[in-house]
Amino acid sequence: MGNEEAVFYSRVLTELTLSFHIIYATIGVGVPLMIMIAQWVGIRKNDEHYILLARRWARGFVITVAVGVVTGTAIGMQLSLLWPNFMELAGNVIALPLFLETFAFFFEAIFLGIYLYTWDRFENQKKHLLLLIPVAIGASASAVFITIVNAFMNAPQGFDVLNGELVNINPLLAMFNPAMPTKVAHVVVTAYMTAAFVLAAIAAFRLLKGSNHIYHKKALFLTMKVGLVFSIAAAIIGDFSGKYLAEYQPEKLAAAEWHFETEENAPLILYGVLDNGEVKYAIKIPFALSILAHFNPTAEVIGLDQFPEDEIPPLYIHYLFDIMVTIGVWMTLLSLVYWLGVQMRWKMVQSKLFRWLIVLGGPLSILAIEAGWWLAEVGRQPWILRGLMRVEDAATTSGHVDTMLILFSGLYLVLGVGSIVVLTRMFRRNPVEQELEDRHATKGADIS
Amino acid sequence: MTLEIIGVTVLWTFLFGYLIVASIDFGAGFFNAYSLLTGRQHILTNVIQRYLSPVWEVTNVFLVFFFVGIIGFFPKTAFYYGTTLLVPASIAIILLAIRGSYYAFETYGSRGHKGYSFMYGLAGLFIPAALSIVLTISEGGFIEMVDGSPSLDYYALFTSPLTWAIVVLSLSAVLYISAVFLTWYANRAGDLEATNLMRKYALIWALPTIITAAGIMVELRTHNQAHYNNMMDIWWAFGLSFLLYLGTVWLLVKRRSYGLSFGLLVGQFFVAFFAYGFAHRPYLLYPYLTIYDSFTNEAMAIALIIAFIAGLALLIPSLYLLLRLFLFNKDYVRGKKDNHA
Repeated sequence: MGNEEAVFYSRVLTELTLSFHIIYATIGVGVPLMIMIAQWVGIRKNDEHYILLARRWARGFVITVAVGVVTGTAIGMQLSLLWPNFMELAGNVIALPLFLETFAFFFEAIFLGIYLYTWDRFENQKKHLLLLIPVAIGASASAVFITIVNAFMNAPQGFDVLNGELVNINPLLAMFNPAMPTKVAHVVVTAYMTAAFVLAAIAAFRLLKGSNHIYHKKALFLTMKVGLVFSIAAAIIGDFSGKYLAEYQPEKLAAAEWHFETEENAPLILYGVLDNGEVKYAIKIPFALSILAHFNPTAEVIGLDQFPEDEIPPLYIHYLFDIMVTIGVWMTLLSLVYWLGVQMRWKMVQSKLFRWLIVLGGPLSILAIEAGWWLAEVGRQPWILRGLMRVEDAATTSGHVDTMLILFSGLYLVLGVGSIVVLTRMFRRNPVEQELEDRHATKGADIS
Repeated sequence: MTLEIIGVTVLWTFLFGYLIVASIDFGAGFFNAYSLLTGRQHILTNVIQRYLSPVWEVTNVFLVFFFVGIIGFFPKTAFYYGTTLLVPASIAIILLAIRGSYYAFETYGSRGHKGYSFMYGLAGLFIPAALSIVLTISEGGFIEMVDGSPSLDYYALFTSPLTWAIVVLSLSAVLYISAVFLTWYANRAGDLEATNLMRKYALIWALPTIITAAGIMVELRTHNQAHYNNMMDIWWAFGLSFLLYLGTVWLLVKRRSYGLSFGLLVGQFFVAFFAYGFAHRPYLLYPYLTIYDSFTNEAMAIALIIAFIAGLALLIPSLYLLLRLFLFNKDYVRGKKDNHA
């Protein structure tokens, strides 16, 4: 196998692992917060329904977190196995957050074990809730640290290169690189948002499938409310991400927005297709790109004409951008209408159609996460470390990557199917109505 | 003490931690699968459910900590080991994934799926075999440089008696460590039947463990003279380890203080593991890589060590809490309490 092939298969395997891992990782970061909120509301309102909600979410979480852990271990090792040259360089400069991530993960794993196995062991429910706090902190901190490493790949700093040697290394400066604030905030907030909408989809699905139990209505209202808050936050942070890109990675922004010529008063191109270098059927919003990039409708935005051909990312990332933004806006509107509808007692939000839209929102949110990560990673091409190391120079020289790709594909298939089967079986065999009866839970009240 | 030594000691300590906790985990899975075959499954299933399920993720982190840490402290290892270990490490990851998912899936889902239990049990034997190959490779002689990049000579590796001696040691050590621990755990749980069974397994695996360990010494004498000589310089450490070994076996034979017996076993492996590592120094990979020429820059080393100390301050109390709840809590161990979500 020539090295071109090794590079190609390394890219495919990394993309496969990350695309699979990110589903479970996102749920893993977001769901502990949701469990915490539900348990807290349950304790405060003395409402058994919310406590049970937390407990049932925690059960499902056991499954998703396990797949997240094992695939996370896989990507952690694959970084060194597939990209040894990159990791040798990265190890010198950005090892600190990687190292911190293992501590965050340690912390989370320990307390998750304790939390899961100590239900009803304490007289005071609040003590049990306290055990969940390190889990939620550990999960979010893991996301923060690992995203810092990704931010570093986009905006490397904290060292100098002198005659091919790395000098003046400053690990903290490398961590707090310009890409870090927007990237970290965006990843964490969208994880909360996605977890909320996935759980909302499940609640809506139960309501559609015949159960009219107040338990599901409470779950739906809580998750949509939380989802709304975080989707608004995601939009605001997304706007700042645009400004970061304009300043530090203009080629990524320009490629994502099909902005070919450097110009002032730049319009934002939404949708459309590219036909022989010409944009067709697109919606052009005047001045919007200048506003996104610089807060100023007349500002100049750097276009792709400023970059050599071999340093421009593939232009299909525009479609990924469209998918991500469209779903984000759609979910914000959907949850806003739902929240208003519940306040105003609109019949419409209780309709079958609306509930199906909420159900659809779960997979859509996951799709948005995938599109966002593909945009982030493909948009950095051809670099693995922007401006310093190209992807093809970073890969392994081993000749067995294609075989490993087949093995890992099989593994992810087993894990994906296995987790879905186990999750559905777990909740089918023990429906909430049954469990509430078993627990004689009568303390539940109506929604606020 | 130089930064290099601190770094490698930290990593070696965590690897030792992984060796012990993972051996318990892997061995238990194997005994469980074996007892499924012989129709005695209920004896061990309980112990696995009660002890291993809450802590498997913690076990896993020990390994993650080691390989992330070694890239941090010794970035050049990524180049040498990353390139050459693609196949054995990938296989180990896949097997680890099967084991991890087993704990999660079996806790609620398809409990008692036999094929899965067998895979889980067998994976526990293949993982140490795959991972122990790293130790073999580190002795040198299996990696050659082709056009400036390292390449693993599989033929030499799989025809070397050293490789197989280390694989056999890793397997028998896993079963031995696990059996001694489970003897103690079952005894605490008041499960006489399980205690007797595990004690029997412990005594069975004690002998192959010590024989292969001695065999590796002999192999090393021809394979890596320098390492062998270094080990002979500290022969007394290996002697001490042997005495601890005899203590464990004696207590097991006499059916006395299983807790102390497990303590002696940890001591035996601790002394041998550190003596082996001490003699291996300064090489991470004979003859290409030493801890000195592969070490990271000073700024990063200091940052990592500070992070490590801060991390430990957080971890040790948490680990203590975990052990107190699942290992040292009599009611829990005896199965009187079940507070699972």
